[in-house]
Amino acid sequence: MLAYAIRRVAASIPVILAATFVVFLLVSLTGNPVDRLRLLDPPPPPEVLAAEEHRLFVDRPLLTRYWLWLSGILRGDFGPSADQHLDIGSEVFSRFAVTFRLVLLAMLVALVLAVVVGVVSAVRQYTVIDYTSTFLGFLFLAMPAFWLAVLLKEGGVFANDNLGTTVFYTVGEASVVVEGGPLARFADAAGHLILPTIALALISFASWSRYQRASMLEVLNSDYVRLARAKGLRRRKVMTRHALRTALIPLVTVTALDLANIIGGAVVTETVFQWRGAGRLLLDAIRARDVHVVMAWLLVASTAVVLFNLLADLLYARLDPRIRYD
Amino acid sequence: MTDPLQQQVRVPLPLADQPFAVTERTQTQLVLRRFLRHRLAVASLVVFVLIVLFAFVGPLLWTYTYFTSTPDNSQPPSLTHPFGTTGDGKDLLALVMRGTQQSVKISLLIAVASTAFGAVWGAAAGYFRGLVDAVLMRVADLVIILPILAVAAVLAGSSDGAWWMVSLVIAGLVWSHVARVVRGVVLSLREREFVEAARALGATDARIIFRHLVPNAIGPIIVAATILVASGILIETALSFLGFGVQPPDTSLGILVSEARTAVQTRPWLFYFPGLFIILIALCVNFVGDGLRDALDPKQTRVRA
Repeated sequence: MLAYAIRRVAASIPVILAATFVVFLLVSLTGNPVDRLRLLDPPPPPEVLAAEEHRLFVDRPLLTRYWLWLSGILRGDFGPSADQHLDIGSEVFSRFAVTFRLVLLAMLVALVLAVVVGVVSAVRQYTVIDYTSTFLGFLFLAMPAFWLAVLLKEGGVFANDNLGTTVFYTVGEASVVVEGGPLARFADAAGHLILPTIALALISFASWSRYQRASMLEVLNSDYVRLARAKGLRRRKVMTRHALRTALIPLVTVTALDLANIIGGAVVTETVFQWRGAGRLLLDAIRARDVHVVMAWLLVASTAVVLFNLLADLLYARLDPRIRYD
Repeated sequence: MTDPLQQQVRVPLPLADQPFAVTERTQTQLVLRRFLRHRLAVASLVVFVLIVLFAFVGPLLWTYTYFTSTPDNSQPPSLTHPFGTTGDGKDLLALVMRGTQQSVKISLLIAVASTAFGAVWGAAAGYFRGLVDAVLMRVADLVIILPILAVAAVLAGSSDGAWWMVSLVIAGLVWSHVARVVRGVVLSLREREFVEAARALGATDARIIFRHLVPNAIGPIIVAATILVASGILIETALSFLGFGVQPPDTSLGILVSEARTAVQTRPWLFYFPGLFIILIALCVNFVGDGLRDALDPKQTRVRA
């Protein structure tokens, strides 16, 4: 298993490198981070511009710049940012800490919801519950994440206005000043998480509950479930011990494959709720043509996706004894 | 008087001599019949066609255009402005028409471009197998590990925001799904007799791929393309919402929602109309895709045609 994991990670390294190279080429060819300074009035002296270009590697050939970035990464250095005071390494990680909090919580909520709704609507196929959840699934599948997020945010503001107190936090990932100990800070951060988590979770929940329903239906119609019932096991026991366990397997893969999409959704959700998370970092960096920040961002995001998919595959082997990695 | 017993035991005509009461149906007719059975899918198709007409013919008939300002600022929906007006006095109906037009155009181009590219890519991978397959599919993996929206923002942020540029950027990130599907189909198709026959007749690889393999995989390809229209419109509107898609003064449904996000409570029409159009389009396309899947894959459907 360990050998398999190592092989998998090793195989994904060239893929990640190729992806960073393509993005590097595209961002570098279409913009220069120093151009922003040229627009200043009065423009800085040429020596300053030249020094800035040298600091950001812009004065070197394209391939050299990529090599400088790559060799920096191997030493743990994410390269210079257009913002002189920004340490890209620590900034990217602290921003992603905020974002992954949201992403993981939303995934968890979406998973629990999807399993419950998917299983119930499979067991009660063609009943009101099934039709309602199918309709809701299609609706959320068609709903843009940003629209739902804005709706929830305004709903929160509306509720706050009418109740006269702040029940839902609608701006930022935490309050600027929190009185009290770590417990108060935790409660504050959790409060800020509620609405964004719902917005992000509902979108993934839609497709996952459809998968869960389909796989549960398939299992319920299989011979071994019929056998388990025929030999006299109680329905509840067959459902939980025999059917559900097998029916969960496809969802593991789907969840892992969706992580990249959820990170994309988190960028949108964070924008709506004005979080200082990884989403804002990326969007600001794109506007400033800050190549090294964009590269660091994509490196962290794609590594997370690769590791997550690996985790899913290993979990797969735990859930399904027929699968062996060697 | 005939003997009733004799009548009963009358031997039926041999099968080949019986006149056929059933007329022959072509594959297309079968698919069409099965699709028409799917009432929700047909209704969705009708709504989608109406939306397309609204977006492309509507602006020719409607009094206002998306770029002219009227003296009526922030009017709620009324007879003169059925969807109301924006803060700078633009007619929202005209804006929604233009936005829908751009969003539909972009998502259709995304579907066509990524499907065509992905189908050929996947067919080549499945047909040649071996090293070619490994290399082609590894490239397809490239785009799976990246958050599409983030990369699209990076790439579109580097372009000037022309609608076809936005389409091609998104298409460049979503084609791998089609490639994967087509590769799977082609892997099994390539072992079939008709491919062997074509090869025996001296057909080139390109001819086999384009004339035999891709047309035979058309069912899954069409279904994948339909789903891409729905995800295309969601990605495009999200991108425009973030400010990296279509650029003002042109508009898209995403931009309209983005501009209305602070006005949900004070001028709700600005927020709800464009949003509802996005949902309606994506919903209809998904239902049509569902109907097509059932119609093109008889194994999956409960209805007989």
